Amino acid sequence: MARLEKRLWPAIATALLCAVAFLWASPFLWTLVASFRPEGAGSADMASLLPDLHPTLANFRTALESGSFGLYYVNTLIVVAGVLAVQCVTVSLAGYAFARLSFPGRDLLFYAFLLQLMLVPPALIVPNLRTVVDLGLYDSLPGVMAPYFASAFGTFLMRQTFLSLPRDFEEAAAIDGAPWWAIIWYVLLPMAKPGLIAFAIVSITAHWNEFLWPLMVISSPANHTLTIGLAAFTMGAESGKEWGVLAAGTLLVMAPLAVAFIAFQRRFVDSFVFSGVKG
Amino acid sequence: MSVASTTPVDGIGLGRAVSVRSRRLRLLPYALLAPSLLFLALFTYLPVARVAVESLYDKPHGTGAAVTFVGFGNYTKVFADPAFRQAALNNLIYAVGVLLPTLVLALAFALAVQRSTRLSAVLRTVFFFPSLVPLVAAASLFFFIFLPGVGLLDYYLGKLGIHGPNWLGDSDIALWSVIGLTVWKNAGYYMLFYIAGLQNVPRDAVEAAMIDGANAWQRLRFVILPALAPTTAFVTVIALIQLLTSVDHVIVLTRGGPSNATNLLLYYIFQSAHENFDYGKAAAATLISVAILLAISFGSLRIMERGARGHG
Repeated sequence: MARLEKRLWPAIATALLCAVAFLWASPFLWTLVASFRPEGAGSADMASLLPDLHPTLANFRTALESGSFGLYYVNTLIVVAGVLAVQCVTVSLAGYAFARLSFPGRDLLFYAFLLQLMLVPPALIVPNLRTVVDLGLYDSLPGVMAPYFASAFGTFLMRQTFLSLPRDFEEAAAIDGAPWWAIIWYVLLPMAKPGLIAFAIVSITAHWNEFLWPLMVISSPANHTLTIGLAAFTMGAESGKEWGVLAAGTLLVMAPLAVAFIAFQRRFVDSFVFSGVKG
Repeated sequence: MSVASTTPVDGIGLGRAVSVRSRRLRLLPYALLAPSLLFLALFTYLPVARVAVESLYDKPHGTGAAVTFVGFGNYTKVFADPAFRQAALNNLIYAVGVLLPTLVLALAFALAVQRSTRLSAVLRTVFFFPSLVPLVAAASLFFFIFLPGVGLLDYYLGKLGIHGPNWLGDSDIALWSVIGLTVWKNAGYYMLFYIAGLQNVPRDAVEAAMIDGANAWQRLRFVILPALAPTTAFVTVIALIQLLTSVDHVIVLTRGGPSNATNLLLYYIFQSAHENFDYGKAAAATLISVAILLAISFGSLRIMERGARGHG
């Protein structure tokens, strides 16, 4: 009896855990099933999680045609790449200054940087929109990117990364007369690649998924990003027929990050754990 | 010993060239910080000063009327606005209503999947996955899940013979539906921190408790939870900041309704500025939320310091 109980409990616990996991995954399972379901299946059973026997790509075709998803992909890619490119420069320079140089006011400036972790950009959308208008960047992709060009998290992460590197290589390079920029570019950054990649993953995810700020800055449809397109699509969906198309559209928005995540799971998880350890 | 270029040689007696070079090196750190500081000033420091000043003025939209100084008039207006009070109360319920179940689930998930088996790896992915998708995409999915009658939730509840309420249309239920979505979205993210935190729980303390005859619940309550206190404090702070500063799902699903039942502080700010064009009100509400964010951050810093000192 005792032996049976000993084997029974873990089995029950595992079954329960799998049930919770199934519940957790069900919104995604539905998205997958519904997006491949033919239109004629009837909207009454639209919620069924059982896959249809005759999968179709029609929903994806409709989604791609009705929203200008191609354009939204391009705009989102521009925003994500533009933010990341500028950030790599600003956080590497600032991270190097905080990790390797000593100067009056360093601690104070470091705290001033950390302030951005508390006053996150979404909290300041109202004054930032005015600033963007003043700068003539309203309704432009650079206007969407500008508030993110400086990153306290990235600076902190690069500082930690630089601090963990041995100083021998830099000292050797400095003795050979290498200037500071050559030391950063040729000596430090190649060794700091894991830190940069971790930062890139967090930055790309954040800006791919961002919605509220682009929604405020962008007005013309030609500048819409994926999340804005999807939101317009969702709020426009009313008749029962369109659920498959909505599921397909949602899948199109989520797919690139999802594929990247499944391919580089370890790196994503490590980066996200670090992204929390920023305070 | 630091890098030669970072310790400027004293210029005295070494000639003019060296002194110019050393001055340049003294300015180097500031030059390296300048690009970051420029954007921080433009989009983090100045905006706070800007809303602080502009919240004292009234600027009627589109009438061309002159800007008038109203002192704390905008704050009086905001605090007297029933929609603001409702949004503040909702945000409090939302924050507590999301935080508690999220912390419990995150810890439960972490305990369940911490071993490195293949099943654990799959479950970790399943639980973490919602935090990777855009909040807007999550809202789109839940738009269908919450759909009355034919949606995913009602469809399967119906098979069990349960008739669900109008998840987003009933003003008593809507906020809890939004809370449910957010718990689903965030629990897996915080699970990662608990998995990392569990690796730092001293193994011999757990084993000692086991030898002393502590059961699983007692080990959790008296050994593991105290050891995880820093993780819990940290997760609480980042969660609270997040719960005050993201309303994408509210915009897509409910637009704050029905009758302000799901209005949150940031949505109120967004609405004041973007839909009602009441800039003074939006500025005042922004400054109030900045004050709350700073209070959470600095309050938590002090609590964490005290905690660290308490643990020696």
